[in-house]
Amino acid sequence: MAKLLEIQDLQTLFYTSAGTVKAVDEISYDVEEGETVAIVGESGCGKSVSALSILRLIANPPGEITGGKINFMGQDLLQLSDREIREIRGRDISMIFQEPMTSLNPVLTIGVQLTEAMEFHLGIDTEEAENRAVKWLEMVGISEPRRRLKQYPHHFSGGMRQRVMIAMALCCEPKLIIADEPTTALDVTIQAQILELMKDLSSRLGVALIVITHNLGVVARYADRVNVMYAGKIIESGTAHDIYHKPSHPYTLGLLHSVPRLDQPRKERLKPIDGQPPDLTKLDNGCSFRPRCSFLIDKCENHYPALEQVASGHITACWEREKLIQEHR
Amino acid sequence: MYNYILKRILLMIPTLFGAAFLVFFLLRLIPGDVCELRLAGTGLYADPAEIELCQEKLGLNQPMIVQFFDFLIGIVTFDLGESMWTGKPIFYEMGLRFELSLQIAIMATITSIFIAIPLGTISAIKQDTWIDYVVRTFSIAGIAIPSFWYGILIVLGILIFTQSWFGEPWMPPLDYVPIWVDPWRNLSQLIWPALATGYRYSAVATRMTRSAMLEVLREDYIRTARAKGLLEKVIINRHALKNSLLPVVTVIGIEFAFLMGGLVVTEQVFNLNGLGKLFVDSVMSSDYAMTQALVMVVVMVFVFTNFLVDIMYAWLDPRIRYA
Ligand SMILES: Nc1ncnc2c1ncn2[C@@H]1O[C@H](COP(=O)(O)OP(=O)(O)OP(=O)(O)O)[C@@H](O)[C@H]1O
Ligand SMILES: [Mg+2]
Repeated sequence: MAKLLEIQDLQTLFYTSAGTVKAVDEISYDVEEGETVAIVGESGCGKSVSALSILRLIANPPGEITGGKINFMGQDLLQLSDREIREIRGRDISMIFQEPMTSLNPVLTIGVQLTEAMEFHLGIDTEEAENRAVKWLEMVGISEPRRRLKQYPHHFSGGMRQRVMIAMALCCEPKLIIADEPTTALDVTIQAQILELMKDLSSRLGVALIVITHNLGVVARYADRVNVMYAGKIIESGTAHDIYHKPSHPYTLGLLHSVPRLDQPRKERLKPIDGQPPDLTKLDNGCSFRPRCSFLIDKCENHYPALEQVASGHITACWEREKLIQEHR
Repeated sequence: MYNYILKRILLMIPTLFGAAFLVFFLLRLIPGDVCELRLAGTGLYADPAEIELCQEKLGLNQPMIVQFFDFLIGIVTFDLGESMWTGKPIFYEMGLRFELSLQIAIMATITSIFIAIPLGTISAIKQDTWIDYVVRTFSIAGIAIPSFWYGILIVLGILIFTQSWFGEPWMPPLDYVPIWVDPWRNLSQLIWPALATGYRYSAVATRMTRSAMLEVLREDYIRTARAKGLLEKVIINRHALKNSLLPVVTVIGIEFAFLMGGLVVTEQVFNLNGLGKLFVDSVMSSDYAMTQALVMVVVMVFVFTNFLVDIMYAWLDPRIRYA
């Protein structure tokens, strides 16, 4: 399949009074057309910042994208003018955010919020946009869509609002949707419904998906590829099968032990990873995971491990990957 | 929505009653007696019999509670009686002055809105740039410097400029004519005090708009709007402004009500005969009837403005409208 998005060495920094935060540090990954890619990692590891950087939605100051390339359909998004990137936002790449309760504007009707992007990007009039909005609301499973257009976000439950967000993300028929923890704020039963809906619509419409999550247990059923992030870097990347069945980084292993799995019977008790993620203003040359790592060797102190291939399409950044693989197979 | 409005209107009644109660009894704690002042105001000896006669005429010798009920009945029947000082009907005394104060309050509020909302918004959008600093200095100056001083500056400025441009100085008219009688003359008198007070009162609203806008711009739904690729001006005008106006409307409402009764010094500077001066005079002469009536008028303005603010709130925020 053809590559839709190619991220190369993306780096995003925040200049704060406490120091420079390396929120995203030279990450690279690809998304193919129609593919679902998951970005997984603990809170604060730079998932949201990496996603927002794709659409250049990082507030400057304090943030700045300081390096890398983001190739999307033959152009580098980082080189586009403000006007050009605006035409990509919501049109070719759209986003769904974590908090359905606060991501919709409380003083505007659902109708206005759904139609404005279509009017702007597709150049259609309000009536036509409303007709399409009705169609999209139906598609995401909202009943009486025509009447719903006149309602405000507070008339909707959290799950319903997230459905509206999905309709909003889909309405200009983008090539790629970035969903930043789309289900974290929802009840477990509704989480599954929303993920199911996203997966179903994206495969039906051929839209590629980047799903950000901190829950490795949920991703399994939905992602083609999984990128694991730690302290601003991708530390392991592979197919969902690789990550679940042949984890090759101590952090991935820790994540797998710390979440309930849907795809396996529960064998052992859940084990959270000991310790805290590092302060992103105080990173050194060594491996950022070493204070929490049980595979620690001398080399980890001063040398950050490069991403090395362990199998075709499966890479990991760990000096002790061979030992880890042998012990855990 | 109709329930909401009805509820607000019903809530006005206890507020007005409470205010009537307070003003009536607090006023009578202030030492001084209108009859003594009237008869012996010049420092001459007043005959106690005459004072008693005067008090009897004004009803001041009746039990407090009777006087209070008379006052309440007066309010309910819109019969405010006569001034205890001049003996003329209070409606007559207030008439033109109320009109003048109301017009200045409205014009100053409009000035303040036109200054505050655009400046506050720009200042927030351009946070920490020179534009922001200029706006902030401008608005802090507005708070720090009293409006009568601008008043003096404006009057002097007009005199000096007309002198140097037209050869002879021009003064704004000194006597008040209602706007429907001679709009031009009316405006050329009142625009100056309205600008001076409007600028001063815009300061608080500008700062409020700025901080509310900064807060709103950090909201998730603004990020959503940006992610949709909307133009910055649509994001500000459609998505941010309505949300950030909520606290600003409150501030402007309070300011408007305050302007109705509180412009004592500005009235002096521009030689205007408004409610502020009447207020001071009637308190000085212990004219209970007039002071009470004035306080009640100002309270009503406050209550009514609050009501308007609440309606604005409901209009701006559907969560209130549908609650
Ligand atoms: N506006 C900002 N100013 C300063 N630092 C920021 C800002 N936004 C994010 N960061 C920092 O960047 C790092 C990555 O943040 P990010 O929001 O991407 O984490 P995340 O992986 O999405 O976490 P979560 O699961 O909690 O959403 C954090 O350490 C955070 O403190
Ligand atoms: Mg996040």
